[in-house]
Amino acid sequence: MTTTMTTTTTIRVDPIACDAYGYCAELLPELVSLDEWGYPVLDGQPVAPRLLALARRAAKDCPRRAVLIEQSPVPSPGRDGTDGAR
Amino acid sequence: MTITTSPGTPAPCDSTGAPALRTETTACTLLGSWRAHHSAALGAHLQFHGAPPLPERGDRSWPDRFAAAVEASGLTGRGGAAFPSSAKLALARTGATRRPGPTMVVNAMEGEPASGKDRALLSCVPHLVLDGAQLAAAAVGAPRIMVCVPNDRDDTARAVSVAIVERLGTALAAVPMTVVRPPGRYVAGEESALASWLDGGPGAPRFRPRKDVALTIGRGTALVHNAETLAHMALVARYGPDAFRAAGMAGSPGTTLVTVTGGVEHPGVYEVGSGTGLGDILARARPVDGVQAVLTGGFGGCWVSPAALGTPFAPGPMRAAGGAVGAGVLVVLPRTACGVAETARVARYMAGESAGQCGPCVFGLPAVAEDLALLVEGRAGPGTTARLEGRLGAVDGRGACRHPDGVVRMVRSGLSVFAADVAAHASGRPCAHRARPSLLPSATGATLRRSA
Repeated sequence: MTTTMTTTTTIRVDPIACDAYGYCAELLPELVSLDEWGYPVLDGQPVAPRLLALARRAAKDCPRRAVLIEQSPVPSPGRDGTDGAR
Repeated sequence: MTITTSPGTPAPCDSTGAPALRTETTACTLLGSWRAHHSAALGAHLQFHGAPPLPERGDRSWPDRFAAAVEASGLTGRGGAAFPSSAKLALARTGATRRPGPTMVVNAMEGEPASGKDRALLSCVPHLVLDGAQLAAAAVGAPRIMVCVPNDRDDTARAVSVAIVERLGTALAAVPMTVVRPPGRYVAGEESALASWLDGGPGAPRFRPRKDVALTIGRGTALVHNAETLAHMALVARYGPDAFRAAGMAGSPGTTLVTVTGGVEHPGVYEVGSGTGLGDILARARPVDGVQAVLTGGFGGCWVSPAALGTPFAPGPMRAAGGAVGAGVLVVLPRTACGVAETARVARYMAGESAGQCGPCVFGLPAVAEDLALLVEGRAGPGTTARLEGRLGAVDGRGACRHPDGVVRMVRSGLSVFAADVAAHASGRPCAHRARPSLLPSATGATLRRSA
């Protein structure tokens, strides 16, 4: 079977740096919600391609530089349709 | 409370002043030399254990042999995470060719109020801990050893300093040792917080997206081991992995130090085989007024009901039974106490011990403690319990360190083990026991009250 490597993008918040400005939730309501104290809650899911530009902007615009964009290589599903994960 | 300590004798159990150390006198035990000689002196230590097998000059294969022995022993870290000690050594050894070499950090911070084992070790058998530090330092090429004792524990720091002075000018001080005094806070002993403080930082946990990346101090790395873990390494190096594995259970070999406090007649630090039944350990400390529940693992651990008393006290079995081993802490809640009130007190204390860095911890833990306080007093509204559950979910896993996670775990276990009491309190019928003085060691670890 064939397994190719692709990268997935996830966003992460440095909880020490974060000061609850909330810009990330404003820009990315699909991925970021706020808790009752105004701090971002992420669902940990990969960022969909259509949201990548907004995710980068959230990282760039965060006044505390607390939003981190992380790219990690993952095996994508092979051509035979099996799950590429091991 | 009777104090049986004679003047000049170190008091290993801070809670009562009673040196309640009970252990076997076989050689491969942590407290054997103390039991045999009642002396922490170097002479007594060497008489009992002999000299530690430190490397001869030019013996290049020694680090490999030491690492192999630690790996074969199956020793796991005794600071709470139960991480394989050999893996931690291996990670430090891969970086050992870089200069400067890693700093060997002895973690005797013991921020856990209910724990007395670091104090017991360093007061009674400091040389076993220092042997372990010297051996581990030699194995990773560490140029210095830092023994971290909280700045509110002068007696312990004094005991270590005396032991270090005794070794000066001998091969037992081959790697220079220093006693350092970080702040005596709950989270100060978290290893990234410790590295931060040693690096001139605030002594608060660092954000570490990847835990397999070595901690740094200055331009070098840090190898942080719990004091008990190092003492075990000194035993493994002397007596071999098989002697070490003679005690304990498969998957969790060796002896372990357990601090038993709360509603017991003989609070203190006990050395038992890892995997000894929870109930058997408690029986040695003689519970008074029965056992309603046990707080296992510490203030960031889990309450368990008496149904779990048959569980082997080792990380795997305890986790499966809904409990925790943590740093080897057991607090007995007698039938005459209110589990909801004690859970609320622990939560309040832990909220105050936040390092103050991460919003969900800074705001979430006091909110959780407040909800619990409303429950305790029978002033909870119809939505309080649901709000509390929601807040626990909102706080869980959202700090840079595991401090909030521990509080969530402890509170959830309390809500489950004391479910009937929680329901009664929530419906405005709080129990009469709630006003009793706490059985838990206080924030300073100085008092331990027994129920009347």
